[in-house]
Order: sequence, then structure tokens, then C-alpha cells
Amino acid sequence: MNLVLPQGVVRATSAGAWSSVALQGWGRLGSAPCQAARPERLRDVADAVTSNNGRNLIAHGAGRSYGDAALNGGGAVLLAGRLDRMLGFDATTGVLVAEPGVTIADVIRVFLPQGFLLPTPPGTAFATLGGAVANDVHGKNQHVAGCFGDHVAWLELMLADGSTRRLSPTQDAPAFRATIGGLGLTGVITALAVQLLRVPSNAMRVRRQRVGGLEAYLDAFRAARGASWSVGWIDALAGGAALGRGVLETAEPAAESVALPTPGARRMPFDAPGFLLNPLSVRGFNAAYWRRAPAQGDERVMHANRFLFPLDGIGGWNRLYGARGFHQFQCVLPEAEAPRGLRLLLEAVGQAGAASFLAVLKWMGRAGSGMLSFAQPGFTLALDIPSRSGDRALLLRLERITQEHGGRVYLAKDSALSPQGMVEMYPRLAEFQQVRARLDPGGRFSSDMSRRLGLG
Amino acid sequence: MAAVTETWLVLGGGSTIGRAFAQRAAAAGAAVLLAGRDVAELERSAADLRLRHGVPATSVLFDALDLEAHRGFARACATLAHGRLHLLLAFGVMPTQAACEADPQLAQRMVETNLTGAASVLTALAPVLRGQGGGTVVALGSVAGQRGRPRNHLYGATKAALGVFLQGYAARHARHGVRVLHVLAGPVDTALTWPLPKLPFMVSPAAFAAATWRLARRGTGQVHVPRIWAPVMAAIRALPDRVFNRLDL
Repeated sequence: MNLVLPQGVVRATSAGAWSSVALQGWGRLGSAPCQAARPERLRDVADAVTSNNGRNLIAHGAGRSYGDAALNGGGAVLLAGRLDRMLGFDATTGVLVAEPGVTIADVIRVFLPQGFLLPTPPGTAFATLGGAVANDVHGKNQHVAGCFGDHVAWLELMLADGSTRRLSPTQDAPAFRATIGGLGLTGVITALAVQLLRVPSNAMRVRRQRVGGLEAYLDAFRAARGASWSVGWIDALAGGAALGRGVLETAEPAAESVALPTPGARRMPFDAPGFLLNPLSVRGFNAAYWRRAPAQGDERVMHANRFLFPLDGIGGWNRLYGARGFHQFQCVLPEAEAPRGLRLLLEAVGQAGAASFLAVLKWMGRAGSGMLSFAQPGFTLALDIPSRSGDRALLLRLERITQEHGGRVYLAKDSALSPQGMVEMYPRLAEFQQVRARLDPGGRFSSDMSRRLGLG
Repeated sequence: MAAVTETWLVLGGGSTIGRAFAQRAAAAGAAVLLAGRDVAELERSAADLRLRHGVPATSVLFDALDLEAHRGFARACATLAHGRLHLLLAFGVMPTQAACEADPQLAQRMVETNLTGAASVLTALAPVLRGQGGGTVVALGSVAGQRGRPRNHLYGATKAALGVFLQGYAARHARHGVRVLHVLAGPVDTALTWPLPKLPFMVSPAAFAAATWRLARRGTGQVHVPRIWAPVMAAIRALPDRVFNRLDL
């Protein structure tokens, strides 16, 4: 009998304690065993960062990066989820100071009733603020509001020696720009100040319209330039004349608030069996989604969460792609190259018969402020690629098309980019590496992703 | 903001469970006093409670080992409280049995913290509770105090002794409206249990705090949280010595 009796409930005095865990990215492509610390206080962070266990380290927030950005197989991971305190809020300026493990959902729950929203909410509210900085995330208002880093007033970064320094556009700007979108590779964010967005209510007035094909889609986005929020769901399996068809959603803040939607009780209770996931079933699903939007379009008022985080209502939706997981591929192409490039990307996915539910198309208006920020003006396309034989060849093909059209791949989603592709797509990479070498001369911070991309 | 009529004083406010319970109390509209040694750290948690729940939250310096300071601490808490004061005793230390045997001072410090310090601060706070016509005291004990086992009987002894103290404390102050709930805690997913191997029936701090909060509204006496530990411990306590002694617990 091997019964372990509980140890009782006592004050946590052990600091910098490590535990063996296996972590997965949101795409669930295999798990990475590592040593993990889960600090709850600032000094525990310093203990974990400076503990001389010889392992390299990466911070890990809510685990919503799809690939290996926050994984560190054989190394150490700092789980930031319990560094989740809000430290200050100035209602006149709208600046929130918080620890990095505070989630977007937390911020919305507390501040939306007070008339404030995150400046650039990404597609899931489960992500952390630290993760939002590290990936310089964007939202459905990217074309007007830019990326998360554009709204960060300052952040505090802990370096490998356990010291903390404040970074901002005026305090060591290069280190600030390297940390925005820097994938956690410059150090551990221990606090940040973010400017929230004032909104008149908790609701959005959302307009839906069907778009019949790719050219029309791009035109529709351009026509919706003035919309506060816009996003397109695209049927990545429609071919021929229907290639690129989808449903465009634009939204404006509503004047009046609505009741909170009941929290998502729906959950994927198990991994979807593989046979469900075939081009036929996905084609059917996508077609049904397209038809659900009335041909003449419609307009509805809904709670902001429903518009901003449509998939958050289904807990564990990533299990939809079965036990083998999936890649997400997201790229952005400059506007001039977009019509041709997007067509080639969609054709490649269609030819491979790679089933992808609801791909996303979005027009971006501004470049991100970080050295490794993803955003640049143009069109961004996001696709799910189920893991199976041939997926790597397809991803390589998508990478080539992206690169040939002057685009780049989004690292928050990535699991397959080549080192060469990284160099070609991110022109400020050398500058980033210089700052990183200055901040972390001992090379303490690295991840599965950084090693895969040849960044060390 | 509705008028605040209750304040929860969390002794050991920097602990995982102390923090989780404070969230639960603040969510219910109670003011919170976070007491502990690292005031800067407690102040971060207090700020979070104020921002998330719009309730008053304050940090107070408290050291279980500084017995001389406990009366002054109790008076300070009485002035800081909004409405009626209630207590959660959530501090304690648990060095391993081996470490205690190797270093008697470590063992002494554990006894002084878990038993002497706890008894002292509860005694100092009793007049405050009686003076306001009563209040609730929730104290975290442990199933480790229910049967001494090789792995941690010194720690278990401090918690068992605390349990006896709480019985008498409850009896003595009951007629002045003081209700005492002794929570026999099973393993909780805290900073302390993080490095340990996976423990049975482990609950999240939030789930533990929610269950304790519900019980604190009405319960007195001894309760297991989570509930499953009541039958498990009944079985373990019923084991004859010759069986129990052969188990590697």
C-alpha cells in the first residue's frame, strides 16, 4: 500500500522549488518534459531565475502559444500563472499595472464593467498579459489600434542574475523593443503597465456579411477600413470560383450594455476521433458556417466577449483535431502581394486536402513595435493544419509562398518555421540577438522554439 | 459599493491558501486584513483585492514568533477592521521530520510557530472578538494531526496540540458568540506541495478556499476539507498498530 498522507497546509517557505512536468503547446504536438518552478511571489521568481541548476529557462504563461514558443524540453520553465495580481489602476488615465500571470479574462471581468477593455484583445481571453507582451499579440482592431506592445507604458524585466530593470520607450528602449514580441528570450517579465481602452459599454454592434471569393474579400476589408473592429472567417477548403469565400464581421462599440452571456459550459470532453476529421466533414462544417450568415447580411448587438473570443465558449476546443494535435499556420503578406499570395496559400491547403476549420483572414494596418513583432501592414491568414503525414511538407510550402511574397510567419502560432525562413522574414533579428546578448550574456533564457530557429 | 460589514483577518496572508481565502472573502464583499512578515509582498496582494473586488484591503505586519507584539497587533487589527472581525489562521511551517531531528532548533521553531504562536495570537485576539459580541475563527489544522506517522509526527504533534487548544478556546468563548471551525486540511496544490510527488485527493487553492468559505458561514467544530478525508482518516485511525506500523507512511 502506497498511500501518501497529506502534509498539511502551511505557509510556503520553500522558495524556488522545482517539479517535473510535461508541457504542451496549444496545438498539442507532443509534450516536452522539463523542470518547472511555479513562483507566487516576486522573491520566488528571483530564486527560480538564479537557481544554479545549469538548465536554461523560459517563462510560460497560460500555454496558449500553439507551437513550442513557451516549451523547453529538458530545460526549465517558469510557470507565471500564479503571479496573477493586479497592482494598480488609474481611472483617469486608464493605465493598469499588473503581474504577468493576470489573464485577459481577469482584466475584462474587472474593468469592462467600469468601461475599459484591453487595447488589443487577441482571439482568446485565457492568455496572460505576460504572454501578450512576449508575442506582441494583436486583435480584431489591429488596423486601428496596432499591437499589444504599442499600449505598454513600461514593463519590468528580471534578468538572469535576478536583478530587475524597468524598460519603456524611454528607458533602455532597445531592451524594451526586444522584449515586446521577444518570446521571453530576454528575461522574465515581472510587472507591466498597460493602457486600457475606454469603451462606452460592454457590448458590440456586429455586422455580418457573406463574401463570395478572395478578391471580393480583400475589397470588403478595404471598404471596412473605417470599422473599429473587423475579422473574416474564411472557408479554406472552398475551391474554384468560391476560393476564399467567407463571412466578414465588422463591429462598433454599442451604446448600451447587454447582460453577460452565461459562461461557457460547453467543453470538448475528449479528443475527437481521427475519422471525424476528414476533408468531407470539415468541408461540410465550413459550408454550414458560411450559410448560417444570411445572404443579405445582418447586424446583432452582443457582449464583447462573444465577438472577441468566439472559441473561448468551448473549453478545450484544441481537442477537436484529435490526439495527434495540429499546427496553426499564420502569416501576413504585404497588401500588394496579398491577392496572389493568399490565392497560392489557399490552393496549397486545398490541394493537400488539409482539413482546416474556419480559417481567419484579417487586414492589418500597422507594424508592431518590437524587433520580432509579427504585425505589418497587409493581410494576415491563419489556418489549422492537422498533424499527420505530409504536414511538414505542406508547412514548408506555405513558408516558401509566404517568404516569396514578402510576408512573415507568426511565431506565437508556429511549430515549423525553418531557421533560414526566420532570418529572411525578420529583418531585425540580428539587432534582437545583439540586445539579447547584452541582457543575457550567459544565455540562460532559451526555448524549444529559439533553438529550433537557430537563435540559441 | 455596498457598505462593508465584515472583515476577515488572514494570519499567514502570504500563503497560497491565505491568498485564495482572501479572494473568496473579498468576492463576498468582506474587507480583508492580510497579516504576515513580508509586508511589501502582502501589499501587492492587498492592492489586487481592492482592484478586483472594490473592498478595503490592508497589509499588517505580523510575526507568529514575536509573542510580545501580539497584543499590540490585536489592537491594531481591531482599529483597522470594518464592521465585525473574523479570523483565518493560515500560517505554519513544516520542515521535514529528518530536518527537525538533525536540527533541534528547527524543531523548536516549528513548535513555537505552529503551536505557541498560534495560541498566543488567538489569545490576544479573543478580547477583540468578545468585545464585538462574537465572530468566527477558522483555523487550519491538518489530517497529519490525527494519527502520528513516521514521516511527519513532529509536525503532526503541533497540529494535534493546536486542535486541543482550539477545543478549549471554542468552549471558553462560545457563550460570547465566538464560533471556532477547525479545518483538517487534506493536500492542496500550493507552493509547498508543488515540489512533492503527486498527492492523493489534491485540490486547487480556489476549491479549498471555496469549501472552507462555505463551512465558515455556519460550521463549528472539526471538519475535513476536502470531505473525502473524513472517511479516509476514519479508516486510517481504525487500523490496529501492528498493521499501521508496517505501512510506510
